[in-house]
Amino acid sequence: MVGLSHYLTLSAILFCVGIFGVLTRRNAIGILMSIELMFNAVNINFVAFSKFVTPTGFVGQIFAIFVITIAAAEATVGLAIVLLIYRNCKGINVDQINIMKW
Amino acid sequence: MLTGVPAIIFYILAAVMIGSAVMVVSVKNIFHSALFLVLCFFSVAGIYILLEAEFLAAVQVLIYVGAITILMIFAIMLTHRLYSAKIKQSNEQVIPGLIIVGALLVATLFALGSTTWKLSFETPEAQSVVGIGRLLLTSYVLPFEVVSVVLLTALIGAVIIASPPKAERE
Repeated sequence: MVGLSHYLTLSAILFCVGIFGVLTRRNAIGILMSIELMFNAVNINFVAFSKFVTPTGFVGQIFAIFVITIAAAEATVGLAIVLLIYRNCKGINVDQINIMKW
Repeated sequence: MLTGVPAIIFYILAAVMIGSAVMVVSVKNIFHSALFLVLCFFSVAGIYILLEAEFLAAVQVLIYVGAITILMIFAIMLTHRLYSAKIKQSNEQVIPGLIIVGALLVATLFALGSTTWKLSFETPEAQSVVGIGRLLLTSYVLPFEVVSVVLLTALIGAVIIASPPKAERE
């Protein structure tokens, strides 16, 4: 039987891949995609705990639904900001966007 | 090593998920990266089905695969001069990033191995859809309403942020 630690290990690996993307991507959209990977890792954790620790309640799944909703809101606002930056700076590579740096 | 059909499915899904996630963060063309993201989200939906969270799997496919990646692809299309293969897509922090991520992974796995979880083997009395629906409209009705307001705010905010300035519109 696939146990809790398997799911936790899987989500830890997925989370680390997401962090690596955030740290190394130059494209702002690539960074947003890596953030979505990290959200998914967190959701797997929530659902795995929901199944193996509190199988009678569905609290973990409720939490995962809220995380998905907030992730959708974050993606819309983030991409709108990316489009605005593209219009103003003619590029979305985050190492060029330093106009707010003193 | 595990045996049995669920274990085989788990390993296949895990391999597809991690492989496509690595492709998402490493592939040169950002458009291909978005397509690998779709594959990764699908395998996460498969993991949810393995975890008996059917409703969440459906939500995952609808929202992540159907909405968020399409939004990403739209944004990539609208900034299309930037995803040609000639532009370098990763910065100079690859080696430090690998070191940090490796250290984090080792620390997390160590913490995982040294913790004992309070496992419970009860079986849920209702299907996940029934249970989630009941909880969302009783104990969690306030967060449920708040999150809908958040979504509306994000929608309006995105429209206002992304709409062109007044001078350009006329």
